[in-house]
Amino acid sequence: MDKIILSAKGINKSFHDPVTIPILKDINFDITKGDFVSIIGKSGCGKSTLLYILSTMDTDYEGTLTIDNAAMRGLKEADLAKVRNEKIGFVFQFHYLLNEFSVLRNVMLPGLKLGKYSEQEVEHRAIEKLKILGINDEALKKPNQLSGGQKQRVAIARAMINDPLIIMGDEPTGNLDKKNSVIVFDIFKELAHSYQQTLLIVTHDQEFAASTDRIIEMEDGRIISDHSKARV
Amino acid sequence: MNIKLIADIAKSLLIARWKQTLVAAVGVTFSITMFITLLSFMSGLNEMLDNLILNRSPHIKLFNEIKASKVQPIELTKEYKGSHHFIRSIKPGAVRLELHNVRSIINTLKNDPAVLGLAPKITTQVFYNVGAIDLTGVINGIDVEAENKLFKFNDYVTEGNYMDLKNIPNSIILGKAAADKMLAKIGDVVQVTSPNGERTPLKVVGLFQSGLVDIDKVQSYASLSTAQKLLGKPNTYITDINIKLKDINQAPALAKSYGVLFNVDAEDIQTTNSQFETGSSVRTTISYAVGITLLIVAGFGIYNILNMMIYEKMDSIAILKATGFSGSDVKRVFVGIALSIGIFGGLAGLLFGFLMSAGIDQIPFNTASLPTIKTYPINYNPKFYLIGGVFSIITTYLAGLFPARKASKIDPVVIIRGK
Ligand SMILES: Nc1ncnc2c1ncn2[C@@H]1O[C@H](COP(=O)(O)OP(=O)(O)OP(=O)(O)O)[C@@H](O)[C@H]1O
Ligand SMILES: [Mg+2]
Repeated sequence: MDKIILSAKGINKSFHDPVTIPILKDINFDITKGDFVSIIGKSGCGKSTLLYILSTMDTDYEGTLTIDNAAMRGLKEADLAKVRNEKIGFVFQFHYLLNEFSVLRNVMLPGLKLGKYSEQEVEHRAIEKLKILGINDEALKKPNQLSGGQKQRVAIARAMINDPLIIMGDEPTGNLDKKNSVIVFDIFKELAHSYQQTLLIVTHDQEFAASTDRIIEMEDGRIISDHSKARV
Repeated sequence: MNIKLIADIAKSLLIARWKQTLVAAVGVTFSITMFITLLSFMSGLNEMLDNLILNRSPHIKLFNEIKASKVQPIELTKEYKGSHHFIRSIKPGAVRLELHNVRSIINTLKNDPAVLGLAPKITTQVFYNVGAIDLTGVINGIDVEAENKLFKFNDYVTEGNYMDLKNIPNSIILGKAAADKMLAKIGDVVQVTSPNGERTPLKVVGLFQSGLVDIDKVQSYASLSTAQKLLGKPNTYITDINIKLKDINQAPALAKSYGVLFNVDAEDIQTTNSQFETGSSVRTTISYAVGITLLIVAGFGIYNILNMMIYEKMDSIAILKATGFSGSDVKRVFVGIALSIGIFGGLAGLLFGFLMSAGIDQIPFNTASLPTIKTYPINYNPKFYLIGGVFSIITTYLAGLFPARKASKIDPVVIIRGK
């Protein structure tokens, strides 16, 4: 059995705005190292909400979240930030690159924050990541000089910089056209298969979901199915 | 590593908004410049005005005041001794202006460790006889050397040599205004009549200007021995002893004890010149108030700019937090921006403030009443630069702290959901 790196037990979440509406109901699942998981479900069923909880950014929930064998409940804001920095890479629908910095610097920032490697090493690693994503030629440009697809690839490189345990994506191709979406999906597949990167991707794309190893389907805040394909 | 990274992020945000940042920094620079200039100039003026008085005023003056006798004759009668008396129309008694036992007083004072120095003096009313008319005047008989050492006598002798007063017998230094009235020049001889009616010719060896024309109209100086001769008194005749202390703040206490010890009237400088202290402190307070007000206004400028920057940079703050920067990291970034505005703006302000006061220092300021002052007075006290620097950092820090705290509390989920 492979190592469990993320485990959600009995996660419940409600919004109180102004009446209490339960959004997530008794979510339970584990993710093992190397898993390539997609989450699908109708709009509004709570996928993003779940991802924000799993990524430690949202702390207002019931249940237990364990990442890398450490309980997240009770950790201070700064400690959670450290967990995100070290163990989680996140790719959003929007790229959220900082226009004040070059592409390379954007990728480097979380690495510099981690402080595990020297600045030169972080830079070297950032270039490596950009190479994997095929955009190392754009390294010195400013983000606003890139196309939408390129920006999203930079965002993926940024998520990869600290070699996280898991990369989470919330509709990472939501803002992209078909062609760029395919490129981004292919990158995820390559990361999963060639680099054994653990991935948890929320998507509306059935075709992409079908190509992942495991599909979690949600409806109305519950997991209604959790299928793993036999690994090839 | 972390600090360097935070500084780097702060720098990049700052450069991306360099125009607004510059405006904020110029605000700080302007206020610090004004603060420094104002305080240097004001305290320069204060110092000059204070010196006008302090340089020439004794810290303690010993003399015999003309006043009513403390013990009235009725007290000496057997029947009414010790009763409470209501007496009307008391007149001052015949007081000898001369100090008793001058030598022993002087010796005691010279051995007193609190005393810096003393200058004996004779003050007497005279008439200057000019042709057919007599002008009233006052002659101060002084110990020329002591007077110069303690009260900078030479600074006010505008024409002639002050030492001639000692070296040439029967000489006088006239107030400039009095000399003008008498049409007297250096080398002339003026006739002076003493209170006991004796007329003495005195040679004019110099002119002095005190800064107060009314004084210059009546006062003149002669040596102690000339004054004693003029009055027909022996060389122990002294009416005043002017004392300078090592510490001016001891004057009131010491004046009291000398008064009792020597059985004379003793007046301290704080009592005689209280209005100057008040004037100085009011002017200083106003300067500080104006300077600090300017700084606070500049602080609001910084506050606004940071608020705007944070509003524009919501996304960046959200992603920094999502990728592992903590709230305090974000706070440090914005406090760092505020502080760099404060430090650079403040340093420039200190420099410009120095240049501006140096400029004012060059402006000619000639006034007949202040012979030693040639340009506007400036006080280059490093204290002002220290206060200005510290205040610019404190105000910008506070101005940055509140927006920075707001930024640190931004919830990335709210921002990311909103996209
Ligand atoms: N701040 C909030 N206050 C109240 N309700 C909220 C809030 N945020 C989200 N919701 C509700 O929670 C539910 C789940 O939202 P969520 O964004 O997780 O859906 P989703 O599955 O990601 O949908 P989509 O596929 O459209 O992105 C929705 O019904 C939404 O209206
Ligand atoms: Mg969503």
